Amino acid sequence: MSSRTQKKGFGATIWDYLTTVDHKKIAVLYLLGGTLFFVIAGFEALLMRIQLMYPENTFVSAGFFNELLTMHGTTMLFLAAMPLLFAFMNMIVPLQIGARDVAFPFLNSLGFWLFLFGGLFLHLSFFMGGAPDAGWTSYASLSLYSPGHGIDFYVLGLQVSGAGTLISGINFLVTIINMRAPGMTFMRMPLFTWTTFVTSSLILFGFPPLTAALILLLFDRMFGAQFFNHLMGGNTIIWEHLFWIFGHPEVYILILPAFGLFSEIIPTFSRKRLFGYSSMVFATILIGFLGFMVWAHHMFTVGLGPTANAIFAVATMAIAVPTGMKVFNWLLTVWGGSIKVTTPMLYALGFIPSFVAGGVTGIMQATAPLDYQLHDSYFIVAHFHYVIVGGIVLGILGSTHFYWPLFFNRMLNETLGKITFWVFFIGFHMTFFLQHFLGLMGMPRRVFTYMPNQGWDTFNFISTIGAFLMTAGVILLVINVIITTVKGEPAGNDPWEDGRTLEWAIPQPIPFYNFRQTPLVRGLDPYWIEKQDGNKEGMLYAEPLGDIHMPNNSIVPFVMTLGLFIASFGALYSPLGVADDSRVWAIPVLVIGLAITFGSMIYRSLKDDHGYYLTVAEIEEIEEQLYGKKGGNK
Amino acid sequence: MAHDTPVVTRSAEQQKYYRANTKAYMQRQVTNFAIMIFLTLIAFAAVMADFSKNLILPLILLLAGIQVVLQLYAFMHMEEKDAHEIGVVTMFMWTGAFFAFMMFLAFVTVIWW
Repeated sequence: MSSRTQKKGFGATIWDYLTTVDHKKIAVLYLLGGTLFFVIAGFEALLMRIQLMYPENTFVSAGFFNELLTMHGTTMLFLAAMPLLFAFMNMIVPLQIGARDVAFPFLNSLGFWLFLFGGLFLHLSFFMGGAPDAGWTSYASLSLYSPGHGIDFYVLGLQVSGAGTLISGINFLVTIINMRAPGMTFMRMPLFTWTTFVTSSLILFGFPPLTAALILLLFDRMFGAQFFNHLMGGNTIIWEHLFWIFGHPEVYILILPAFGLFSEIIPTFSRKRLFGYSSMVFATILIGFLGFMVWAHHMFTVGLGPTANAIFAVATMAIAVPTGMKVFNWLLTVWGGSIKVTTPMLYALGFIPSFVAGGVTGIMQATAPLDYQLHDSYFIVAHFHYVIVGGIVLGILGSTHFYWPLFFNRMLNETLGKITFWVFFIGFHMTFFLQHFLGLMGMPRRVFTYMPNQGWDTFNFISTIGAFLMTAGVILLVINVIITTVKGEPAGNDPWEDGRTLEWAIPQPIPFYNFRQTPLVRGLDPYWIEKQDGNKEGMLYAEPLGDIHMPNNSIVPFVMTLGLFIASFGALYSPLGVADDSRVWAIPVLVIGLAITFGSMIYRSLKDDHGYYLTVAEIEEIEEQLYGKKGGNK
Repeated sequence: MAHDTPVVTRSAEQQKYYRANTKAYMQRQVTNFAIMIFLTLIAFAAVMADFSKNLILPLILLLAGIQVVLQLYAFMHMEEKDAHEIGVVTMFMWTGAFFAFMMFLAFVTVIWW
């Protein structure tokens, strides 16, 4: 079995990644896929900012600007931020709870491929007659009458990638409930695992409304149904409700893992346990719960009436309480700590004030009467970019530095990392801080240009310069990654020297079965406890060395998803669709695609795959190859 | 090995205990089933008796709610207190039901009223 650890050819490596069910490799795939879409969506943002640099600019056309803003929002949320967070969840959660893999490795792989093919399908729209152009919210009356296939791409692409997200969410729930190592009680789970757990429950409850809404929109556009057509007895507001019932939890789906990542980074570099651990857990759950009670605050100006607006306004303001708890807990973790300002810590320290700024403008918008003034202005754009970039993107970039050695056994360059942070951070504030004032001066969002001499010219220009700085920051990070990949030295385990949780106790490179023996957890921050007790192994073991049960690789998830991908093209050109250019091959392609998907499902159901056992001799052989000496765990 | 099924031999005493348990379980199932049939009959009767619409609608919705809970606890095994991670399952079921109810309430009051 030693072939498993030997160098492979290029083709074999590709095949390995296509068929892999290993959570660490899937994490790398998520990282690559998420980065691809992050770069695409960032480029779209840059084009928009160049267009808005000067009044009455003609860099892009109005129609293309609508496509850019739609694709920027949709891609950043569904195809960049979520997959990048899934990359960290996949990599870290099983290691943090002492598991050998997620509960359903096959589904993990299926979730990734669904996300990737959904995203690719959505982006093919640029080359196949125009991207979706009704905003990432795709409000129904507008999207129903959008000519061409853009909205169809949106509906089908999100349906496919949404299924992947739902699958991954359920997978993490089952993993965290069932696969914790002995001693890892719920209240000993690291906070990133906790936020992943709450996030996954939000996915579980939040994505079905989106699926339902997309199906209704699909029927409206492709089969002439009238769910959202008020002329035919439908109701266009139902789309807004369904979308935001999903959409508001969605923003917590994104921010909670980022909170979790910072809750790992801050104690590590303050070299202190997280202040108020149980209140952090409570706050996370409360934010998740309240996240479902507030969706109508996106719809204050729809005309729900003062009672509904008041209820949702109060519920929204209530969320500030648990969020404030978290902020104070982070501050008190840093307070009195022996602080090391590394790159990840720098991101964490930058995150706290930036995110609070975004939160405070959120409270302003929660005040329904004020929201009538702020609605659909650049103030909103500034607010959600402060939350998303100041919270999630800083979280992702900081954790990229923090967890890079866990992913690839290499350290990213610290000096370059700090430069990256400052360039990105200054660029971020430069871009979005002035947009608050643009909004207050009356500049509406989602406009492709504006008239000169309204007092908007200078601020828009500065904002665009900020966007260039952010781009420079991301490019610096990419350079850092390339340098590290080419020249990096193996980092070994616990490269930050202050790792607290189990993932840092595992020897590097991490064997594909993670733990040769399941660890025994004695408390919060198990690795820290063992270090304090002078345990050189870094963990205690709950079982003797024995055979390890591992899942088999499988190409079926890839094929299953490929079928849906093909079927999507059939559905897109269906004869009944809004866009009047159906193809003769549409129905056959739809049938063939679905046949491939259901065929592979049947194959998976009928074929028994029990995985295999890795014997003790094989484990020892693998570890000798990895670490050079027999037996030892380092 | 975790995947081997252990062979359990029961003493006569244990066998008696398990039989009694199974019997009680069966009785509960039949009782619940009877209650559910009865509730369905009430719903039908209310419609047949031609009561006011304002009585029938809430009554049927209430009965439906009770049916769902009975179904979950009796036939979907949520009553088994020692089942694996039943606390988490219960929490998720009720949270989901609560969210669904809130959305239903919002749709009824905000959109359709």
